[in-house]
Amino acid sequence: MSPKVSIDAVGKVFGTGAKEYLAIDRIDLMIGTNEFVSIVGTSGCGKSTLLNMVGGLTEPTFGDIRIDGQPVAGPGRDRGFVFQGYSLFEWLTVEGNIRFALEKTALSKPEKTELVREFIQSVGLAGFEDAYPRQLSGGMRQRVAIARALVYKPSLLLMDEPFGALDAQTRGMMQELLLKVWDEHKVTVLFVTHDVEEAIFLADRVVVLASRPGRLKRIVPVSLGRPRHFDVVTSPEFSDLKRQILADIREETLKVMALDGA
Amino acid sequence: MTVPPSVAEAAAQGRVDRRTLRRRTGLMRLREAIPDSVFTSAGFVVPLLLLFAWSVVTALGLVKPLFLPSPLSVIEEAWRQVSTGILFQDAAISTYRIVVGWLAATVVAVPIGIMMGNFRLFEGALEPLISTARYMPVVALIPLSVLWAGIGDEQKILILFLGTFFQMTLMVMDNVKNIDMNLIRAGQTLGFSNAEILWRIILPAALPGIWDTFRITIGWTWTYLLVAELVAAQSGLGRRIMDAQRYLATDTIIFGTLFIGLLGLVTDLLFKHFGRKLFRWAADR
Repeated sequence: MSPKVSIDAVGKVFGTGAKEYLAIDRIDLMIGTNEFVSIVGTSGCGKSTLLNMVGGLTEPTFGDIRIDGQPVAGPGRDRGFVFQGYSLFEWLTVEGNIRFALEKTALSKPEKTELVREFIQSVGLAGFEDAYPRQLSGGMRQRVAIARALVYKPSLLLMDEPFGALDAQTRGMMQELLLKVWDEHKVTVLFVTHDVEEAIFLADRVVVLASRPGRLKRIVPVSLGRPRHFDVVTSPEFSDLKRQILADIREETLKVMALDGA
Repeated sequence: MTVPPSVAEAAAQGRVDRRTLRRRTGLMRLREAIPDSVFTSAGFVVPLLLLFAWSVVTALGLVKPLFLPSPLSVIEEAWRQVSTGILFQDAAISTYRIVVGWLAATVVAVPIGIMMGNFRLFEGALEPLISTARYMPVVALIPLSVLWAGIGDEQKILILFLGTFFQMTLMVMDNVKNIDMNLIRAGQTLGFSNAEILWRIILPAALPGIWDTFRITIGWTWTYLLVAELVAAQSGLGRRIMDAQRYLATDTIIFGTLFIGLLGLVTDLLFKHFGRKLFRWAADR
């Protein structure tokens, strides 16, 4: 079976002239259909840049990224994006925000209404259709963002630290919600986070990136069963994975600190 | 969304005794809330105290009326201008100049500011020039403005335009730059074109900020009124004050100044009011 996403010797150079530097150095990665892959690494390792390149928001300086065998040329509606901030359209209601994502589709008006209703239901926001984003809590806002990113049925969902701004309790609830939605809608997910526990809890594989330049350090398969219950984080298996990944990241952090002369 | 238990309910059930509730009071605690009534009346007390001091000083003859006329003679002057109708003539012509001058500045500043906020090329090309131009003393441009625009209303409007335009352009640029980059990215991932993102995402997102810029800049336009009516004006609120200076009519000067301030305040309140109506979705307005 051909991979959903193939990242082939991809690199990124930032800046020009004397400020030019290699941010990402030849990353190779294959992601299977309906797989859930988390990407972790120290800050500045290029994990968001890698995600943006898959999303078509920024171009790789070298190498190839293919989705379903097709080279990525700019953003497209085969991919949904959820950003770290609450990037909602504040002047539209919950319903309006989700409907906005359907505007470039050929669906009829009743079809759109039905889809929007289905996704509001799916992320647990029934009853809040007419609320404006500023009236919602952080967790609810991210639910709108998830619904908006999925309503047009992309096959690949890209998430850039989507729960980074949430408190620990809400974050846990959102992780479970995300797994439920992922299971319901059968999408491939690429999930960037700096939270190792979150990365393991959600993913089939955790990709650990090395820093300066961003490079593949290790790919850790997560063999915990599904559906996953929140108390899996206390299992010995989970702890082993966590210890291993944290050690990798610590090594990278020390390397970066040494480079900075700290 | 849950409703927290009300104090009245708790008191009725005997769980809370209102008489023993500790409530911290005091008006001078750092950053602490004070009763609304106190907050609002404080705003009236200060002007009334000033008015009182003014009355006392003039009634006791501590200052010559030439330097500071009594509040009463200022009110008499106000009545004279109202009853003869010259106040309304002045206000009408000045308001006309303000509105046209400000609108002209807005019509040019908004598109340029939007381009500068979105495209680095425009910012690089125009920002140094505009940043320099905004420090130009507008008064110094009066002779040129007369040469270019004559001595009619056009010249007054040109002065008001020059006083407002440069600042406004830079402020609109900042309003546009301040919107969340992820909104634009979201638009790109949803398949919208650059023009659509500009019209349907950037503009609505920046609009509350731009509206605030409108409110602030039209206030500045009012302060430029005197400069605009300095030369070759027959009428206008600013002109009236300049004429009064020639005859040392200090009551006219004080009334005119207060009245311009009042009109500026009214404009500000109107913008605030409509801003709140237009942008209900925006937080804390």
